[in-house]
Amino acid sequence: MKTVSLVVLSCIECNKCEPYPLCPRAEGYLFDKERCILIMITLNNVHKEYHVEGRTVTALRGINLSIQKGEIYGIIGHSGAGKSTLIRTINLLERPSAGEIIIDGLEMTQLSGRQLQQERRTIGMIFQHFNLLSSATVADNIAFPLRLEKRPASEIKARVQELIGLVGLTGHENKYPSQLSGGQKQRVGIARALATKPKVLLCDEATSALDPQTTQSILSLLLDINRELGITIVLITHEMQVIRSICDQVAVIDGGTIVESGPVADVFLKPQHPTTRDFVSQDTDSLDSDFIIAQGTNRTFVRVTFIGEQTYQPVLYEVMSKKNIPFIILQGTVSKLKDVPYGQLVLELQGDGRDVENAIASLREQGLDVEVMKVGS
Amino acid sequence: MDPNSLLGLDWAEIGQATLDTLNMMLWSTAFTVIIGLPLGIILYLTSRGQVLQQPLAYGVLSFIVNVVRSVPFIILMIMVIPLTKLIVGTSLGVTGSIPPLVIAAAPFFARLVETSLREVDRGVIEAAQSMGATNWQLIRHVYLPEARPGLIAAITITTVTLVSYTAMSGVIGGGGLGDLAIRYGYQRFQTTVMIVTVIILLVLVQILQTLGDRLVQNYQRK
Repeated sequence: MKTVSLVVLSCIECNKCEPYPLCPRAEGYLFDKERCILIMITLNNVHKEYHVEGRTVTALRGINLSIQKGEIYGIIGHSGAGKSTLIRTINLLERPSAGEIIIDGLEMTQLSGRQLQQERRTIGMIFQHFNLLSSATVADNIAFPLRLEKRPASEIKARVQELIGLVGLTGHENKYPSQLSGGQKQRVGIARALATKPKVLLCDEATSALDPQTTQSILSLLLDINRELGITIVLITHEMQVIRSICDQVAVIDGGTIVESGPVADVFLKPQHPTTRDFVSQDTDSLDSDFIIAQGTNRTFVRVTFIGEQTYQPVLYEVMSKKNIPFIILQGTVSKLKDVPYGQLVLELQGDGRDVENAIASLREQGLDVEVMKVGS
Repeated sequence: MDPNSLLGLDWAEIGQATLDTLNMMLWSTAFTVIIGLPLGIILYLTSRGQVLQQPLAYGVLSFIVNVVRSVPFIILMIMVIPLTKLIVGTSLGVTGSIPPLVIAAAPFFARLVETSLREVDRGVIEAAQSMGATNWQLIRHVYLPEARPGLIAAITITTVTLVSYTAMSGVIGGGGLGDLAIRYGYQRFQTTVMIVTVIILLVLVQILQTLGDRLVQNYQRK
């Protein structure tokens, strides 16, 4: 590969380095695994317009995304927000009207038809409605992408067996899709997408047609695959639950633009944009802010967020008893983001203004995030 | 009693006519599929929103198909006599009736193929494209297997239609059961011959339809 200046590498220290001048697949590259992040997918100012009966419909308005190798990147949005179009531009099932799509150093929109076909074989995709060949058995469906590559029959057979084991469908090899449950069909979809050992897996609403229990089992399968194979996963969904269970990073899309993005914990625990808040409240009960405003003036309300180890330690109790501040828990959640525990409590702190201020400072010293919602006088 | 004169009919001639009909049916079906299947695939793929979208090519093909389909078979048969002579050297008998049968049935079959392909789930096509399938691979590994039940049904319908066309080709001396019915039943008022040929045709159509339905059932996976 002689392509130069296409890969964006940014080091952890500044996180905004210029595009790196050397391709990691070229000779003598300077890529440092310890200090640099390899970006697998970059979307630069991607626009998509449709022309329907003389009218122009804009689906994407300048999308910028940067997805690291090996992470699970979630894109959440309501229906019609453009998320489906967005994921389909990544493998060019939808050709963007403008902008760049760079996958592992290759500018996808510049590829010829044949090169694009080759490159698509390194990008797996699974779908909401599974899209399996109804005329082929489970084994033949999984073998399908390998047959497209004209691999030898013996190799195909071995790989199919391996994949059937991986997705837990042993014993179902010779069934037809119509004989399978939704969850099993998606497992076939996943096995098929992984057959060619892709570097990226795109999930287009992969769990939206499944019941909650099956959704969880498919999500944990995706997480296992991500960890064991190091494959980069991009998924779109309208369910915060999906993001919370397995994603590392999240982008919120609304009206064809990314309105908020970042690590899931940041976005989930401190949502900024109204759409994001909307999605977060889908998943947790939030305390009515009118309720807080309506309370007497002499009380202080805070939202305390703790994450990781602190979730299981009596930090709150220790600080409050030391400062002698009585408190009431008005609302709270203790749960997990992916596998990191977190808690978020809305507290009413009773006591003198100075003591309360002290207690808040002390909580912050302990590393808790404290947002003062209303200060008592 | 001489078995050859049961009901006072010439059974040897009826047997020969039946064989001629079967011959015409099989050969014309075979050529119809050979010509109509690719034609139907091209029609479908060049239509709007498909992988080879070509409005001009589609428009021209579609027009030709419509023109041929709108000419009644009996007239078409006479119109193509010069062409038939050019292709097979005669316009008479079993051989002479095959070209007009194919010319009439291929566009009809192509339309049925187009409709069957339209039934293939768009999502499956997209999945195959996302796996880097070439257009040829799409046809070979997705469209044809997925549309198989529909295509078998299309062949069945076409074959049955061809059986009735073969009867019509009797008018211009095409041979077969239709020819027999016209020569004896119509021109010599031997109603029994007419009834017997109709019964044979009826049985033939029943067998074809049952066979086709069985095959469709067998490949139906939905």
